[in-house]
Amino acid sequence: MSTLSDTGAGPDRFRLSQLIYDTRYRSITFQVIAVIVLAYCLYQLYGNARQNFADADLNISWLFLYEPAGYDINQRPIEYDSQSTHLRASIVGAINTLIVAFLACVSATVIGVVAGVLRLSNNWLVSKLMSAYVEAFRNVPVLIWILIIFLAMSNAFPQPRAFRGDNPDAEMWLGMFAFTNRGVYIPAFENGAGSMVFWLVCLLSIVGVFAYRRYAKKLLFDTGKLLPMTWPSLAILIVPGIIAFFALGQPVGLESPELKGFNFQGGVHLRLSLLGLWFALAIYTGAFIAENVRAGIMAVSKGQTEAAAALGLRPGRIMNLVVLPQALRVIIPPLISQYLNITKNSSLAIAVGYMDITGTLGGITLNQTGRAIECVLLLMLFYLTVSLLISFFMNIYNNAMKLKER
Amino acid sequence: MSDRNAQSVAFVRETFVEPSPPPAREAGVIKWLRENLFSGPVNSILTILAIYFLARFVIGVYPWFANGVWGTDGLAACREILDGATGACFSVLQERWNQMLFGISYPATEYWRPVLTFVLLFVAVAPVLFWKLPRQMLIFTGLFPFLAYWLIYGGTIITPIMALVGTIAGYMAFTRLEKQFGFTMALVGGVVGAAVVWWVGGLLAAAAPNLLAFEAVTTRDVGGFMLNMILGTVCVSLSIPLGIALALGRQSKLPIIKGFCVIFIEFIRGVPLITLLFVANVMLAYFFPPESNPDLIIRVIIMITIFSGAYIAEVIRGGLAALPRGQYEAGDSLGLDYAQAMRLIILPQALKISIPGIVNVAVGLFKDTTLVSIISMFDLVGAIRGPILGSTQWTGVYWEAFGFAALLFFVICYGISQYSQWLERELATDHR
Repeated sequence: MSTLSDTGAGPDRFRLSQLIYDTRYRSITFQVIAVIVLAYCLYQLYGNARQNFADADLNISWLFLYEPAGYDINQRPIEYDSQSTHLRASIVGAINTLIVAFLACVSATVIGVVAGVLRLSNNWLVSKLMSAYVEAFRNVPVLIWILIIFLAMSNAFPQPRAFRGDNPDAEMWLGMFAFTNRGVYIPAFENGAGSMVFWLVCLLSIVGVFAYRRYAKKLLFDTGKLLPMTWPSLAILIVPGIIAFFALGQPVGLESPELKGFNFQGGVHLRLSLLGLWFALAIYTGAFIAENVRAGIMAVSKGQTEAAAALGLRPGRIMNLVVLPQALRVIIPPLISQYLNITKNSSLAIAVGYMDITGTLGGITLNQTGRAIECVLLLMLFYLTVSLLISFFMNIYNNAMKLKER
Repeated sequence: MSDRNAQSVAFVRETFVEPSPPPAREAGVIKWLRENLFSGPVNSILTILAIYFLARFVIGVYPWFANGVWGTDGLAACREILDGATGACFSVLQERWNQMLFGISYPATEYWRPVLTFVLLFVAVAPVLFWKLPRQMLIFTGLFPFLAYWLIYGGTIITPIMALVGTIAGYMAFTRLEKQFGFTMALVGGVVGAAVVWWVGGLLAAAAPNLLAFEAVTTRDVGGFMLNMILGTVCVSLSIPLGIALALGRQSKLPIIKGFCVIFIEFIRGVPLITLLFVANVMLAYFFPPESNPDLIIRVIIMITIFSGAYIAEVIRGGLAALPRGQYEAGDSLGLDYAQAMRLIILPQALKISIPGIVNVAVGLFKDTTLVSIISMFDLVGAIRGPILGSTQWTGVYWEAFGFAALLFFVICYGISQYSQWLERELATDHR
């Protein structure tokens, strides 16, 4: 208690026992004790670390980030070669993480919503199948699914050389897609002269669709006049693009992959490590999202469905116009945490050799430089930042969607 | 009232006419099929699609199962027997059974010890899960951790006994002191008491290392599914008290304690478990005193416990927030201090609300124990990826091996979630 006496020095009538028995001071006493204990623990940890570092002749330094990495990364969204720095390798890894996380988030949402809605379907067989899917994926570790899917893909797909010869064992799908055990090759866009204009037109027509729908909705709410929705939207989406495509003299072509030598050249090469991780994360998290969607739909009271049915809406419209918008408010918060889970689970990429940030910074860079503390701290900082950003943006969206009470 | 009645009309039927049977399409199997599978065009298409996929699945998988080969000593022998037909090579499960369950180098003569521990685990957990069982069984639950340690890791019996004596001493000191000095001082006293006995116990165990000793097994040799079970049970049991403490800290009115808990929880929840396992693997050892050389499994247990503790804290915080304010005020008005109010009024109710969430975290944690294979510990997945698929005779039997692993996890996790649903119904004291 002697250490505490200086914190409590003050009024004349103050007695030391008040520090424990008087609620005015007790909270301060406890916090001071907590701070002292915490500081002591941290000091001990720091002391241990300093001692261990001195014994092992180590130090903390961040300069290794600017040294040449010396290793290759197979999926390079930005310029990178083995002479680039460790920092650049980490950035490549970070982008790869974001790529797979984004792809998996989108597909998991689609799978989850479909499975969740189908699980509540009147169709006995379909709902039982969906329950089986959800239970099978929820109750088995994601690592096992990633490994199974990755290994199954790399064993089921033929080798590139199977495509060769006059009578090949394997054929390209539609002449454009090649599924090999080295990855899937899909056609890429070949941009010629004037392609920028074409893409711009496409982008503008997407914006145009949204503008048209917004205008139609406003007109409906203001005047009660109902504009047709489906065909005009489709027309706005497609027609300008087609016109621009031919007016500009077909500036954009498809470059199909072709077998050259031992491997396919051209097109876009999706590695099996990316595909396996992506599918596994999407299907696994889709099962969880299906449960969230189901809970959200069940949270919408039955009277809403019945009222919609009484108004004469068809079942599909009831789902789209009445149930899902209300269920969305219940679904979004758990959906956010599923997106966070996908981002965090994407670190399992290291199990299939996908070069995400755990594979570059936390894997090869760590092993090559031996800078364990720096690498792990940076790695944690990256995931923490991404997690906080995702929850920040999703919370904004959540607040926008929330029921506004007037 | 009309004046027409049985006396005034000529004929009144006195027997009830049997209702005629419903039309054939509105009864029995056909009705069920019509209502559940073919109630409309969309539904019929869905049904046909589902049947198609189901049929393809069965046609694809059935021969694989039916032609499964048992009892060979390698994949080559399996292929020879199958002779080009599709079929599984289940022999890998037979030949590597012990490796999958106990790890690669657990001494073969001692397999009965983990098996016995596994059986006793059910006895120990039963009174916790089903409170209609006699309460005396909880005594065994209290003894089980020490017994399990002794059985699995071997060594002299003095170690677990002194650990147990220390725990009891600490508890006794706590109860004695609590009456006189209050909760906080008693807690400190209890910890000090236990620590003294443990220290003496350490000296005793070092003095007589062979008293009633089993063959000692180093922690490196413990692996396979046993390692997943150990990590799962130990970390879940340790993380619940940690989670309660963090949740109470986060709800506390003291800004420093609250701030610390918030930062801690949000930090841990923001990073993947794999980075925490990296910390355990390459970083944590630096923070221990130089002469102590903590085992990898202890470091892993620490990090996994912290990880799941943060998640459990959030679940319990939800439970605390769901309690009506009146419960807190009732505790205050009865004159209970903070520790008493929490122990007697708030936590029992908050924990009851949180049980489904805690079970979810526990299932997730148990599944996540497979991640230790990435820092090259040979748990079930690690054993399959490393020694089994890496061996020359079993490369390529991944479906059989991983399917078995998936099945093991499925059985346990599905069982736990079914238990949790049963418990939820059992605990529902409100009337619906």
